[in-house]
Amino acid sequence: MKYDQARWTDDSEDLYEPLLSEKANKTVAVEDSPLPDDLTRDSLSLPDPAEPELARHYTRLSQMNYGVESGPFPLGSCTMKYNPSFTEDVAGRADAAIHPDRPDSTVQGTLALCHRLQDYLGRIGGMDAVTLQPPAGAAGEFTGIQIAKAYHEHNDDERPEVVIPDSAHGTNFATAAMAGYEVVELPSGDDGRVDIEALEAAVGDDTAALMLTNPNTLGLFERDIERIADIVHDAGGLLYYDGANLNALLGRARPGDMGFDVMHYNVHKTFATPHGGGGPGAGPVGVREGLAQFLPNPHVRERGGNYEHYEPSNSVGKVHGFYGNWPVLLKTFAYIARLGDEGLRDASAKAVLNANYLAEQIEYDVPFGPFHHEFVASAGEQDAADAAKRMLDYGVHPPTTKWPEIVDEALMTEPTESETKRSLDQLAAAFNAVAGDSDAELADAPSRPTAKRIDQATAARTPRLSWQALDDT
Amino acid sequence: MSDSDSHATGSPYAPQTAAETAAMLDAVGADDLESLFDVPESVAFDGEFGINARSERATRREVAGLLSRNADLTEFLGRGHYDHYVPSVVDDLASRSEFLTSYTQYQPEVAQGFLQALFEFQSILVELTGLGVANCSMYDDATALGEAATLSQRVRSVSGDRILVPEHLRESKRAVLSNYADGPALTIESYPMTDGAVDVPALSDQLGDDTAMVYAESPTVRGVIEERLGAIGDLAHDHEALFCLGSDPLALSLLERPVDVGADVVVGDAASLGTGTAYGFGLGMFVTREEYLRQVPGRLVGASEDAADRRAYTLTLQTREQHIRKERATSNICTNQAWVALRTAMHAAWLGPDGLVDLAEDCVTRARDLADRLDDIVGVKAPIHGRHHFREFLARTDQPASAIVADLAAEGFAVHAVDDHLVQVCTTETTADATDEFVAAFREVAK
Repeated sequence: MKYDQARWTDDSEDLYEPLLSEKANKTVAVEDSPLPDDLTRDSLSLPDPAEPELARHYTRLSQMNYGVESGPFPLGSCTMKYNPSFTEDVAGRADAAIHPDRPDSTVQGTLALCHRLQDYLGRIGGMDAVTLQPPAGAAGEFTGIQIAKAYHEHNDDERPEVVIPDSAHGTNFATAAMAGYEVVELPSGDDGRVDIEALEAAVGDDTAALMLTNPNTLGLFERDIERIADIVHDAGGLLYYDGANLNALLGRARPGDMGFDVMHYNVHKTFATPHGGGGPGAGPVGVREGLAQFLPNPHVRERGGNYEHYEPSNSVGKVHGFYGNWPVLLKTFAYIARLGDEGLRDASAKAVLNANYLAEQIEYDVPFGPFHHEFVASAGEQDAADAAKRMLDYGVHPPTTKWPEIVDEALMTEPTESETKRSLDQLAAAFNAVAGDSDAELADAPSRPTAKRIDQATAARTPRLSWQALDDT
Repeated sequence: MSDSDSHATGSPYAPQTAAETAAMLDAVGADDLESLFDVPESVAFDGEFGINARSERATRREVAGLLSRNADLTEFLGRGHYDHYVPSVVDDLASRSEFLTSYTQYQPEVAQGFLQALFEFQSILVELTGLGVANCSMYDDATALGEAATLSQRVRSVSGDRILVPEHLRESKRAVLSNYADGPALTIESYPMTDGAVDVPALSDQLGDDTAMVYAESPTVRGVIEERLGAIGDLAHDHEALFCLGSDPLALSLLERPVDVGADVVVGDAASLGTGTAYGFGLGMFVTREEYLRQVPGRLVGASEDAADRRAYTLTLQTREQHIRKERATSNICTNQAWVALRTAMHAAWLGPDGLVDLAEDCVTRARDLADRLDDIVGVKAPIHGRHHFREFLARTDQPASAIVADLAAEGFAVHAVDDHLVQVCTTETTADATDEFVAAFREVAK
């Protein structure tokens, strides 16, 4: 594996002082500047590597890191699929480097691309209008909930609660709280889906919205979605679609057709997906027609062959300082254009097949089903976190662990469409090897990567978050 | 090769062969791919998106064709988004797939490289600010300011919900702040500026014990270097309000350390290093005092040891985050701007301390020189504020600002229109070669 370069393990540590470190810092005095001394700092102390040293430093760091191109990365709910090189090239185009404050008439190309992408996303989600502004999925959630809030305020309808299933992404809860809502947690039914009776009990005059992921985080499609939509709508609430799992539905079902009023797209998951170590992503938001007036400003529209920014009449305002994560959106456009209808449908089908096939091959108990893009296995008697560490020894990235909490010792697994049968068989072999390993073997894992098991408790108990906070030892 | 061995499928990135698909369908007991979808007929989508698949080449050509509709302008634009030259080595190294295609470091044993890079990013911000805790990236300056406002409400010892911001604040930044303030019911109020800098006596009158946070910027949106940050910090602390300072890493390389002027939080856009212009693509900087550690939003990387007692890095204090504490989390931020932070750290390291200080000094000198040259033009006064400036400044023009902007665009240059007769000009090393032509064009349009 790329990350497991033997020459960077054990013994080399003593020989190889990290280049960028407090010890390697150079201090320069700040004097004779064009500003008065009392407006400037006295000195600056930072690393000062030559370019060849810099290149070696970061190359070495990259070798101590696992990405999708290092091997399978079945991190459930994160949709870690192959990242096409060409979308990176498109996003890196020199002529895409535009300042956001240019007059509309001088950026017709950029605005035309935005408009075309808004249109594509609207078609894919079954939504009437789409904003590209939110810079991540959680920012999309915040935008969507602000839109729901603006809608109710517009109708002089005070509704203090947002209802969220217990299996939902944690961001849903945090987003609702951030927007000032009280969260009503909805317990899942015995089949892992929304419990209709519990929903009827939870939804009422106080409900601003129900936030729902479909298929949900257990990989299960909410078959009663029409009933769910009716219950929420009859009570005067809005139905919010968390797009994190949209990869499982492309071309088979659309949130708009299922009754959702607002949705976000995690374009870094569903489409071109370099996750960049945790970002940047982008979280466009789609709405049905009556809600377009609340979209963030500015919005892009076409008039007589020209494109322009404008402010929707009852806009929620802004959720990003400029127009969002533009390079990510450019990748998204390129990816959608490359695949088209047939490719998007095929990607979704293969993702679903891969999840079901892998679920079939592994020896851990996999409750519920049938699955869409992901499934949650139970490590049973084993500790899921330990099992995950042991998987590292078998050369693959482990699944998401201990979540959702509905399944004991959860191993939440999403292979995506990028894997072949061969690599899924290898992945299954890794799961099954771990399933047969002893607790002692699990507790000692991992032994192969550059770092052995890392002490998380000490990191949290005595936080050392910079060179400046490290001991001299 | 027979059809069943071919990888030619609908998606070029879903690589299983037809034979594999068949074998896998057989293994799961399904007749065909469609039967795998557990979607009731009544909500099934049987239409088309109407999106035609294009080849790589055709897609590239299409994007190039669209972008060619943009006017070819040399941008003397700033106001929060800056074009500094990014060395090729940053593009090259950041594009290594182990960085680019990795995810949040939930398994630190195989993510030591990215974790160390983020730890280095945090360390650089700690050095630049003198404050103890930097998170490892948020979306942009505006959202970081929003997070600072909500942090102030959580950590302040007395109640109060007023957030004071400068009258000269980028409108889009204020709009984002308002959205963040909406949930916790904070109120946003502007305080006046005099000659481009904080009117400290007026701010003092406006401050009260119900003020949760005072926000000031240096450089300001107009490029002015604020000279009384220490006094602003003292005023805020007199009322037990947080003092939040907005800046950027390049400016901080030269200007007084935030810790020395009493800053409790430093926010801003760190994309000024490592990114160049990308239609407002940002990187939120968030640095604060150690005492607020457990209220900090976003991700933190900490140093620890592995089982062999070697230095190792890991995400830490995750109990603050939304995947553990849900609605009690310090923020909803999950996917952030980690890869952009990697680029910023790379660019800062490439420049080194000498390079950073030199580049920051060049910003001051270039802005001063360009303002002087524009001031020599009949019908132009620049800068309008008798202050020190960083990168950018305002010019007053006899001609309407809208006409100046349009006429300059016709000459191939972009500047901001700020008010009826005010334009704003930003200069960095990337526009240095075009400065003479720009001044000549300005002379023509200002007549």
